[in-house]
Amino acid sequence: MGIRLYDGRAEELLQAMWLIRAYEERAVALQAEQGVPGTCTAVGQEAAAVGVVSALGADDLILTNHRSAGHLLARGADPGRMLAEVMGRRDGYCKGKSGSLHISAKELGVVLTSTIVGGELALATGVALSQQMLGRRGVVACFFGDGAACEGRFHESLNLAAVWRLPVLYVCENNQWQAFVHRRETMLADNIAARAVGYGMDTAVVDGNDPEAVRAAALEAVETIRATGRPYFLEARTYRLRGHFEPDDQAYVDQDELAAWRARDPLALLEARLLAAGRIDADALQALRAEAYRRIDAGWRFAVDSPYPAAAELITDVYA
Amino acid sequence: MTRITVMDAIDQALAEEMARDPAVLLMGEGVATKRRALVEAFGSARVRNTPLAEGIIAGTAVGAAATGLRPVVDLLFAPFLCYAMDELVNSAGKLRYLSGGQFDFPLVAIAMTGAGWGVGAQHNHNLEAWFAHAPGLKVAMPSTAADFKGMLKSAIRDPDPVLFFVDIALAYTDGEVPAGEHLVPLGRAARRREGRDVTLISYAKTVAVCEQAAELLAVQGISAEVLDLRCIKPLDEAAILASVRRTGRAVVVHEASRTCGVGAEVAALIGEHAWDALRAPVLRVTGPDAPAPASPPLEQAYVPQPAAVAAAAQRLMAGAETAACV
Ligand SMILES: Cc1ncc(C[n+]2csc(CCOP(=O)(O)OP(=O)(O)O)c2C)c(N)n1
Repeated sequence: MGIRLYDGRAEELLQAMWLIRAYEERAVALQAEQGVPGTCTAVGQEAAAVGVVSALGADDLILTNHRSAGHLLARGADPGRMLAEVMGRRDGYCKGKSGSLHISAKELGVVLTSTIVGGELALATGVALSQQMLGRRGVVACFFGDGAACEGRFHESLNLAAVWRLPVLYVCENNQWQAFVHRRETMLADNIAARAVGYGMDTAVVDGNDPEAVRAAALEAVETIRATGRPYFLEARTYRLRGHFEPDDQAYVDQDELAAWRARDPLALLEARLLAAGRIDADALQALRAEAYRRIDAGWRFAVDSPYPAAAELITDVYA
Repeated sequence: MTRITVMDAIDQALAEEMARDPAVLLMGEGVATKRRALVEAFGSARVRNTPLAEGIIAGTAVGAAATGLRPVVDLLFAPFLCYAMDELVNSAGKLRYLSGGQFDFPLVAIAMTGAGWGVGAQHNHNLEAWFAHAPGLKVAMPSTAADFKGMLKSAIRDPDPVLFFVDIALAYTDGEVPAGEHLVPLGRAARRREGRDVTLISYAKTVAVCEQAAELLAVQGISAEVLDLRCIKPLDEAAILASVRRTGRAVVVHEASRTCGVGAEVAALIGEHAWDALRAPVLRVTGPDAPAPASPPLEQAYVPQPAAVAAAAQRLMAGAETAACV
């Protein structure tokens, strides 16, 4: 399966979001039933992933972090190979060596994944430098959270990208949480994009639960980068509806805040909008959801059938 | 004595030291969320959630330690120490010396280490040798619940910076732990089993591996001694040498990669100071020189197994010394 390109129809965005939701539900179940470790979901953040990735072209590159499933699937990743990776199987994207946290897929332009928070921000400048110096036209979309924006590397990355005019689209998925700490505890400013302004960057802040709004903002950002050759900072305001990783009872979460954001579930919002506009009917919606779950089921069967890597793999891929 | 987990032993140590000394404080990403009891007992000034920023967490601890506080920083997982490396190595480890002894750095950096969670190499890396190699730092790596408590208390009271590693596979194991004041000095090894023929030297989770290997060896009539180093630096050289002088043979076992690991140091120490007592070369059984994979069977294969340790000891007994690489 190759890179997925969208023409931007809302139905396509919805379909991609359902695929992500179904995938993450399966990942949660695998953790609960089989103890598959390292499951960090981005339930509630599907619109940000799909909105941005749908605005990218085939030449554009992606760097991501521990909450990467949405970015990969939106890009066209095969759910079977992703689940195989999560389960440590041979046919996973990284031969089982990554597990769920570091999945990258070069063939999809998902060049690197760092679960060292902020690592992706450091690497993005180098990937963008390659694009610039080798005359490639693709921009580099770097996904990270509000927590990563507290690491020193965040500031170092933005500054260098700005002064070297590197084609980086910084995508901060501000989901309000940094593992077990609320964003309010670690930063006084309400929005992170203001920091990018300080480094001389164009910025936008968008409702991260509205995929069409995210897509529009991302298209604008990518166009600006292509026109100016300079980095751009896009902040998607969203919320982490599940815990930091599985299992997590979220006992530390303000229940009112959680309920308020649940009521803004991006999938439900888009469905309601499509229904209200008469662009889709209930049956079509149902079929679309069922198709997502069917694909994830098939992927899961593929993953289960994939064997574990042989013990000899322990020491392969260490050096070229 | 009560049976508690390693995690609870760490909590006890923190609570007791915070109660004893108002200069002790705890900082880290989520520590105030996860250790509510400490916040309630000591207030949010002394148990602080920090931003996600290991460099400044460690740097703040170093500055605070130099000027009257005794910070304990929880840096979560050992790989994240790399962001804090500069502050720990270049500042905490060097500025006492460079200031001609004017400043002390009584701080503890806690981090989880080792295989057992299946999440891959950016959360699983045994870095103890890196820090042991840096002058001015101490490195503790206990294996029992009682030692976790007793050594953490000692580390907090120590005037020098201490890296305190918690092997993740041990975190929820339990053991007998004395209630109240229980101090285990840094730099003192523990003999976990007595033996005549060979010394199995280890620390952290592979101590148990050595104990199992000793059982396997006993069945074959080989009497193995098991030495738990507990502390990588200062290293209990006297205990190592005394044991090897008794048995004449040594296998060093750790999960960290072989090259330039703690095993190399221990082997060199024995070669330098107990050469005359050796009846066979010192062997190492270690993790491979590779990052830790996530796939469960590969992750298991990463960790030294009792059979491999027993096989190494048997080779020494058989005199097949030249079978160098285990
Ligand atoms: C350098 C580093 N420190 C700590 C962690 C542990 N950790 C993993 S995810 C996370 C929270 C990250 O928050 P944020 O960047 O906002 O991303 P989110 O998880 O909310 O998507 C933490 C603390 C880590 N992986 N890397």
